Amino acid sequence: MSLNPAMKRYNRRMIWLWLIYAAFLFVALYTFTHRLLGGPGTYLVAILPALPIIGVFVAVGRYLFEEQDEYLRMLMVRQTLWASGFALSLATIWGFLERFDLVDHIDAYYIAIVWFFGLGVGAVMNKLTLGASVQC
Amino acid sequence: MLMENRLRVLRAERGWSQQDLAGRLEVSRQSVNAIETGKYDPSLPLAFRIAELFERPIEEIFVAPSLRSSKAI
Repeated sequence: MSLNPAMKRYNRRMIWLWLIYAAFLFVALYTFTHRLLGGPGTYLVAILPALPIIGVFVAVGRYLFEEQDEYLRMLMVRQTLWASGFALSLATIWGFLERFDLVDHIDAYYIAIVWFFGLGVGAVMNKLTLGASVQC
Repeated sequence: MLMENRLRVLRAERGWSQQDLAGRLEVSRQSVNAIETGKYDPSLPLAFRIAELFERPIEEIFVAPSLRSSKAI
C-alpha cells in the first residue's frame, strides 16, 4: 500500500522525534550519572526526554488534521481512543493496586509507553471490527 | 445503522477497479472498499463527489436505512 502525503509526513516526524528522544535521553542520563549540573538547570535536563514524547502526541494530532482521507482519519481516531482508554484504565487500576501496597511503584512516564502500546491495540481492534487499520 | 449502496455495481458497470475509483475520488482504496462493503458511510461531501462522478442523484446510489425498512414492510 502506498503512503499518502500525510502519512509520509507523519512517518518522517516520528523518525526525527525518536532520534531526538534517544539523544535527549542519553544527555539526561549522562548528566545525572556524572552529576554535571546543579540548580534549576537539572529540571530542564530532566524533562528533556519528555519533550520529543510530547512531540509524538502532537505529531499524531497533526496527522489527524492533515489526513485528507476521511476513512483513514476515522481509523486513526478510533486507534487513539483505544489507546487513551487502554492507558487510562491501566493507570487507574495500577494506581489503586499501588495505593493498597499490592504492587510496586512505577514511574508516571510509563503511561506514555502504555499509550503507544494502546495504539497497537487500537490497530488490532480496527482490523478485527472493520477489517482495516492505518498503515503508516 | 449503516446505509446500503450501489457503488460496487456502478463501478463494475464502468469496468473500474477499486483502485481506479479511489484515484478518481482522491481517497484510499481502503475507503472505497469500506464504503462498498457497508462498513463505512461516507460524509456528505464525499457522497456528493461519488454522485457527481457517476452522474446520478445521491439517492440512486445510497439507500437510506428508513427506506430500506419501509420496503421490508
